[in-house]
Amino acid sequence: MRYGQKTILRIPHLSIAEGEILAVIGPNGAGKSTLLQILGLLQRPSDGRVFFDGQEITGCSDLVALRRRLASVFQEPLLFHGTVLDNVALGLRLRGTPKNEIKRRVEPWLGKLNISHLAGRSIAKLSFGEAQRVNLARSLVLNPEVFLLDEPFASLDPPTQASMAEELQNILAETKTTTVFVTQNRAEALMFSNRLAVVIDGQIAQLDRPQDVFSHPANEDVAAFLGVETIVEGRVLSSAEGLSRVALARHEILVTGTYPLEQEMLFCLRPEDITLLLPNARAALGLNANVIRGTITRIRPLETQLKVVVGCSFPVTVLVSKQAFIDLSLARGKQVLLTFKPSAVHVIPKRLSHER
Amino acid sequence: MDLLWQGIKEAIRLLLGGDPEVFAIVLLSLRVSLIATATSLILGVPTGMALALSRFGGRRFLISLVNVGMGIPPVVVGLMVAILLWRSGPLGFLGIMYSPLAIIIAQTLIAFPIVTGLTLAAVQQLNPKVRLQILALGASRWQMLWILAREARLSILAAAMAGFGGVISEVGASMMVGGNILGQTRVLTTATVLETSKGNFDVALALSTILFALAYTITLALTVVQQREKAP
Repeated sequence: MRYGQKTILRIPHLSIAEGEILAVIGPNGAGKSTLLQILGLLQRPSDGRVFFDGQEITGCSDLVALRRRLASVFQEPLLFHGTVLDNVALGLRLRGTPKNEIKRRVEPWLGKLNISHLAGRSIAKLSFGEAQRVNLARSLVLNPEVFLLDEPFASLDPPTQASMAEELQNILAETKTTTVFVTQNRAEALMFSNRLAVVIDGQIAQLDRPQDVFSHPANEDVAAFLGVETIVEGRVLSSAEGLSRVALARHEILVTGTYPLEQEMLFCLRPEDITLLLPNARAALGLNANVIRGTITRIRPLETQLKVVVGCSFPVTVLVSKQAFIDLSLARGKQVLLTFKPSAVHVIPKRLSHER
Repeated sequence: MDLLWQGIKEAIRLLLGGDPEVFAIVLLSLRVSLIATATSLILGVPTGMALALSRFGGRRFLISLVNVGMGIPPVVVGLMVAILLWRSGPLGFLGIMYSPLAIIIAQTLIAFPIVTGLTLAAVQQLNPKVRLQILALGASRWQMLWILAREARLSILAAAMAGFGGVISEVGASMMVGGNILGQTRVLTTATVLETSKGNFDVALALSTILFALAYTITLALTVVQQREKAP
């Protein structure tokens, strides 16, 4: 897909199976929404072909009939003048559905999304969360073959976000509708999808089962987007029996897995997989492998934990509970030890991260 | 002060007395301007929407023409229509010069760019995703245009008010293509000009008062509709 000279989306191939829930995750401006609009037949791709139900539809003249088999939900509710009932019934009315059938089909969805009591209310008097429920009901009532959602919960407050995500999950489990779900929220992506596509800079950087994407990010960009905060370049010194010795700057660590020797690789560590200790704990715990000494350079409080950046010869981000932070009397400039299991280190071939 | 007082007294007498001549003038003014406004809405709303939603070469030029047209002096429109309808002009064979129809044509041309320009602005102001959402719900092209027009209805109502206000109060074009013929093409504005030039300030004042009351009443009615819609 191009806008003017700029190519904003380049997808060599993407197929979505019937009944599948595909989550699309990626940073702002990566092309996720454009991808969704092409799938929803709301934009024509500048190049390439789109197939639906085995039939090529790229040059199809009657897009309206095809669009009526799909439904798209956007981030903003975008409701139209009238009552909640008018809005939920709109799609059916556009299809010329008889009045009594509209009533029969709309009612259960008003119930499922807990908006029955709002049916007669003008859309001007709805809260944002209620409006988004109407938005979902408006699309679900159409019983689409493919359901396309573009960050539907992104503008809601966190509690509403969580409860609506759970409701939608239940609904999708019941209807078994083929769904493409665009989000920036990692928890939502994990919760919903059978497959997860990471879109970065207009390309699908990785497409796999969600747990595999999170545990084995394909490259540095994916790892960084998925919350792996520490990514360090290193070299494999020796590799035997599923365990490798790796040189990371001036440290040596052990990593699970066998890798080619003397090749530059990237080593990723998630903040939650690293334990922070005081220097005197080393002897007491009898630790000798995968211990790195460093100095605290930055502390950032989060909701229940603190994010601590420790400067070794490279910066490492660690999560520390509030209690541990007090117990260890941590502060900027304090010397600490970091330790992690050899299996916590994820290895990415460096070559791949530069293949664009 | 005496003049003003005389004028007001005369105005009240004409209004309450049901003077048939005045009554005919009021009726004609209303009829001509309402028909012209309605016609300009029928033509201008679709044109404004088409300009707002489509992309083609020369679109900007057309929009600039519409914007110029919004401020074009009625006398200029009157002159153009007069040239067209003049007995020896290109449309002279129709024989409608100095008829109410000629005034309607001129007033429609005055209101059309106003309605078009305001509709264009209103539709362009809608969130572009609204259009995608309408299509995503399975609307055909015509269904989409209908829903978009409904979404922009408050602004289109404002366009109707602006158009009507523009034509009920214009005098130049009505004078030039209507001719201010008593009982045939005399409207409130042209009658006011005539009475003033004759020094009949009392009648002129009465006519102006009626004109003002009419314009106000119709605009008020539209405003009530608009504001009732807007209230949450």
